[in-house]
Amino acid sequence: MVGTPAPEIASVTAAAARPAAAAKSETKALSFYYGAFQALKSISMPIYEKKVTALIGPSGCGKSTYLRCFNRMHDLYPGNRYEGQIMLYPDNTNILNPVVDPIEVRMRISMVFQKPNPFPKSIYENVAYGLRVRGERKRALLDEKVEDALRGAALWDEVKNRLNDLAFNLSGGQQQRLCIARALATDPEILLFDEPTSALDPIATASIEQLIAELKAKITILIVTHNMQQAARVSDYTAYMYLGELIEFDATDTIFIKPKNKQTEDYITGRFG
Amino acid sequence: MSEQTARLESIRALIIRHKRWDVVFAMLGLFALMVGVLTFVALFTQMVIDGAPRLSWDFFTNFPSRKPDQAGILSAWVGSTLVMIVTAATAVPLGVGAGVYLEEYAPKNWMTDLIEINVTNLAGVPSIVYGLLALGLFVYGFGFGQSILTAGLTLGLLILPVVIVATREAIRSIPAVIREGAYALGATKWQTTSHHILPYSTPGIMTGVIIGMARAIGETAPVITIGALTFIAFLPAAPFTGDPPAGLLDWVMSPFTVMPIQMFNWTSRPEAAFHHNAAAAGLVLVVMTLSMNALAIYIRYRLRKSIKW
Repeated sequence: MVGTPAPEIASVTAAAARPAAAAKSETKALSFYYGAFQALKSISMPIYEKKVTALIGPSGCGKSTYLRCFNRMHDLYPGNRYEGQIMLYPDNTNILNPVVDPIEVRMRISMVFQKPNPFPKSIYENVAYGLRVRGERKRALLDEKVEDALRGAALWDEVKNRLNDLAFNLSGGQQQRLCIARALATDPEILLFDEPTSALDPIATASIEQLIAELKAKITILIVTHNMQQAARVSDYTAYMYLGELIEFDATDTIFIKPKNKQTEDYITGRFG
Repeated sequence: MSEQTARLESIRALIIRHKRWDVVFAMLGLFALMVGVLTFVALFTQMVIDGAPRLSWDFFTNFPSRKPDQAGILSAWVGSTLVMIVTAATAVPLGVGAGVYLEEYAPKNWMTDLIEINVTNLAGVPSIVYGLLALGLFVYGFGFGQSILTAGLTLGLLILPVVIVATREAIRSIPAVIREGAYALGATKWQTTSHHILPYSTPGIMTGVIIGMARAIGETAPVITIGALTFIAFLPAAPFTGDPPAGLLDWVMSPFTVMPIQMFNWTSRPEAAFHHNAAAAGLVLVVMTLSMNALAIYIRYRLRKSIKW
C-alpha cells in the first residue's frame, strides 16, 4: 500500500467504449468509519445502469462494507459514520444524506446476503414480505407478484406446487434463489449481492451466476465476490479494492486482461491475496 | 533397545499416576451428584408415602376443615390458579415489552447498561422483599387489600426479571442476518419486531414465562407478607361471571389462599393426620410445577421444529 497513486478510474473511457451505459449511481469521495476505524477511504466510482459491477479484493478490503453503504445497513448499528456521497440517478438523491430515510433507500435498493437468510415462513410469505411491508393486501396482486418474482429467480417451476411449504425445506441453492426472488418482488432499482454463492456448491453457484446474467437486462447489479473467476464471468465492470481504498475501476475485460495498476495485476494473477 | 523399553515404561507409569486423578474426580463428582439427586428422591418418596393415601376426588373438592380426613385443597388450588392468571397477565406484557425494548429499541449507552445490570440483579432479590414492597404499595398504597390482585401483581413483579432475561436471550438467539433481511426489504423497527422478532422468539419467551410461573406458584413468603388467609372456606367469584362491566373483575379483589400457604398451615398443626394432608398437598404442588416445566420443554421442542437457523 506504499505510495499508491490516485485510483485509476477509467469511467470516462469505459463509458465511451460502451455508449449504452449510463450511470445509475455515482459514489463521490465516500469514506466510512466503524467508530474510530476508517474502513473506506475516499472511494469514487460510478455504477452503470443495467450492468453488473463486481467488487473484488482480499478479505478485509472493505468491499462488503462498501456494498452495505448502498442500502444503509450500517445505520442499524451504533457508532458507524459515512462521509461523502452516493448519488442515485435519475433523481439525483444522495442516499447517504441523513435527511433521506434509510427505509426509503432500502425500498429502492434490495440486497441478497452472503448466507441464504429466508424467514422461517412459507415460500410464498417470504417472497411476498417486501410487498406486505409496503402495505399491499390484495391477494390477486400478491399472487401475481410472487409468481413473477419466483419466475425471475428461476425458481417457479421447482416450487409452484408447494408455495405454502416452509422455506427451510428448500436446498441451499434454492433458498438463495428464494432470497433473490424476495428481493426482486419489489422491483428494486439496484440489486446488491454480498458474496451470494460463497455458501453454495458449484452447481447452485452456476445457476445463480446464470440468473445474474439474465437479471441485468432489467436491473442494475452490484456484486461483491471473493472469487475472481466469478467476477470475470458475470460482471461488465470490476472494481479492485485493497485496505479500504479503490485501487482500480474499469471494464472487466480491461481489469482482467491488462490492468493499469501493478497491485491489481498481482491480485488478479494470484501473486498476492 | 532397552533404553526404548525403559522410556516406554516410564511413560506408562506416568499415565497410570495421572489417571488416578480421573478416578478420584469421578468418585467425588458422583458423590456430589448423588447428594442432590438422592435427597430429592428421598424427600419426594417420603411425601408420596405420607400423602398418596389422602389423594382422592374429595381432597380436591373439599374446603379446609378442622377434621383432617374431611379437609381438602379446593380453595388453595383455585386460589393458586387465579393468582397465576393475574401473575401471567402482569409479567408477560411487562416483561416481554421491557425485553423487546432493551434489545431492539434502547440506545446502547451507560443508562441502558445500568438498567440491564439492575434487571439481572432483581432476579436475585429475596422474595420476602417483594412481599414487603407489595404490602406497602399494593395493599395500603393502592388499597387493593389482601386480594388475588395484590398477590398476582406481587408474584408478577417477582418473576418479571426472569421473563425479561428470557425474552432478551430469545431475541439474541435470532441471527443478525434474519433481522437484516427484514430491514433490507424496507421494514420499520416495529414491522421487524412484530413480524419476525416476536414470533421467532416466542418459544424462548414461553419457556421463560412458564419457568417463572413454576417458581411463583411455590412462593410462600411474599404471599404471607401481604396477608393471604390461611383458612378460607369459600371460593372467590368465578372469573368473568359478575355483572359487566365492573363485576367481571370481582374475582381479583377476593381474599384467597394458595397451595404453599395451605401446606404451611397444615404442617404447623399438631395432629399427624394434618401432616399427611400437607404431604398430599405438597405432592399436588410438585406435580403442578413439574407439569409446567414439562409444558415449557414441550413448547420449546414443538415451536422450534419450524425454526432452525
